[in-house]
This record gives sequence, C-alpha cells and structure tokens, in this order.
Amino acid sequence: MLSALTLILSCQLAGELVTRFLGLPVPGPVAGMVILFALLVVKGSVPDQIGAVADALLRNLALLFVPAGVGVMAHLGLIGQDWLPISVAVIGSTLATIAVTALVMNRLARPGADAGGSADNG
Amino acid sequence: MADISEVWVYLSASPLLFLTLTLAAFQAGTWAYSRSGHKPFLNPVLTAVILVVGLLMLSGTSYETYFEGAQFVHFLLGPATVALAVPLYRQFDRVRRSALALVASLLCGSLTAMITAVGLGWLLGASRETLMSLAPKSVTAPVAMGITEQLGGLPSLTAVMVILTGILGAVLGPPLLTLIGVKDGRARGLAMGTASHGIGTARALEASELSGAFSGLAMGLNALATAVLLPLLWRLFM
Repeated sequence: MLSALTLILSCQLAGELVTRFLGLPVPGPVAGMVILFALLVVKGSVPDQIGAVADALLRNLALLFVPAGVGVMAHLGLIGQDWLPISVAVIGSTLATIAVTALVMNRLARPGADAGGSADNG
Repeated sequence: MADISEVWVYLSASPLLFLTLTLAAFQAGTWAYSRSGHKPFLNPVLTAVILVVGLLMLSGTSYETYFEGAQFVHFLLGPATVALAVPLYRQFDRVRRSALALVASLLCGSLTAMITAVGLGWLLGASRETLMSLAPKSVTAPVAMGITEQLGGLPSLTAVMVILTGILGAVLGPPLLTLIGVKDGRARGLAMGTASHGIGTARALEASELSGAFSGLAMGLNALATAVLLPLLWRLFM
C-alpha cells in the first residue's frame, strides 16, 4: 500500500521534473502517467498493490474535481458581458466534439470483441 | 459551553470542516444520483459543487478559506492522473489494435473542439480575450491555462471554461452518444476524454475500464495536440 503510493507519487514527481526541464506542453501528472505506464510495460504486469491503490484513486476520480468546480462557481462573474457567446460556444462545441470524435472512431475502428460490452451508459 | 460563533471561528480556521463538507456534499450527490436511477443531470460533481457553493455563500466563506481544507482532495488529482496508467496498461492490447483509428479520431475531435468553440464565440460577438479562453476549453486545466497565457488571454477565465466544459460533457455526453447510436466502448471513452478531459474520464471510468482507458489516453493526447496545434492555427487565422 505505502510502497505503491510512493511509486505513484515518485512517477508524478519525475513527470513534473521532466516536463519542466524539457519544457514539454503537457502537465507533470500526464507525463507521470506515461512514466508509470512504461514501468508497467517493463515489469510485464500490474503488481497487486499498485492495482489496488490505482483502482481506489480512480473509483473516486469524480470527487477530486469538486474543489476546482467550486472555484469556478466563485469566479462565474468573469464570464460577464460575454455570457451568451460563451454559453453557446461551450455547449455547442462540447456536443460537437463528442459527436465528431465518437462517430469517426466508430467508423474507423474495427468492430468486434475489442469494442467492449454493451453501451449501458458510458 | 462555548459560544457558537467561537466554535465557528475555530472550525472554519482548520482544514477539517471544509474537507468534511467536500466529502459529505459529494456523498449526497452520489446518493441522489443512484436514487434517481442515474439521471444524467444529477451528476454527483455538479450536485456537490452547487451544494458547497450554496453553503459557502450562505456562511460568507471565501473560496480561499474553503480551499485550505479542500486542497487535500484537490491534491489527489495528480496521483489519480498518474494512476490512469493502470487501466491503460490493462487495456493496452485493445488500444494498440485501434491505434490508427484512435489517432485519426482524436485529431478530428481536437480540431472540432478548437474550431467550433472559437467559431461560435466569434459569430456571437465574443471579445478577442474571451475567444483566447474559449479555444483550449476541452483540454485539462493546467495545459489549457498555459495555452491561453501564451496567446495573451486570461488564464483564470480559461479555468472557468475548462471546468464548465468538463461538467457539461460528463452530464450530456453519455445520452448524446446513445442518441447518435455509438455503442462501442472505445469510441465512447475516446469522445469523453477528448471533449471533457478528466471530468469526462471520471464519467467514462464509471461505465467501464475500457472506456476509461481510452478516455484517459484521449485526455493526455488532446492536451498535447492542442498545445501544438492551437498556437499555429491562432497565428494563421486570428
């Protein structure tokens, strides 16, 4: 448990260092994800403890966005006089992006076992 | 017995109160969501945010004071992002077999996000500064804020757009995908991560590990694609 958490934090730290030193346009934790992924490839499997800690963190991923979300509500005033174009652009663009990405992937990716089970509500 | 205002002064100065409030609000949101039979608009993040903002406004508490407690939850976003390597690794065979399709779809989605956001905003008369904040709205917050800064816009306004986009995608994405007949878990996950970064990924993970893996990957790749393409496109067209 503790060793798994240490490894995950170390990957994040390494990710922060790599992105800062190389000036990469991705956040440290995303680089940390790549580093952990590379370690798993080298190891050839997911050690039980790492799997357990990762699953525990990811089961509650949505919770982790609450503090940032509250910050947004506190700054909604920033939207100010451009509220109409902003609302239309955010709603329209988000829906368009989801539809375009999914339809292109749906068209190009070969169907079959790789497509996963039912679409329940994902 | 201590005066109630003394108790309040003591509690509001320690992280305990607002940490507990954050967890309790999310629990309430999760409860309402499952009680409703998973109605999309009762998204637990949305409910929790509205509850917390309401309570902060009623009690006259500043966001800074709230964040003293909530920062412990916020901090875990970093390790959780790193942890996305695990579902990605477990699903990697499927990711690799659709790599070409994945990259092509991601680029289409990434361009759609930038072009429609700026295009719609411009058509409706948004200021140039607002357009700079709208452009990277589908990208995870730290990268999006960096891109806006580079363009000369307001990073704090970008953070607002990014979170709104995330919550909106998490709420409307799954019903939209069902409406347009996309059942493939890979396509659903990829779309959620491309359009709505981490908040979309959290939602995709709830559906399946397969969707979550594609969504987490899409979030990372879209951050990269937008960081490279947006400054170029902006210089060409704006």
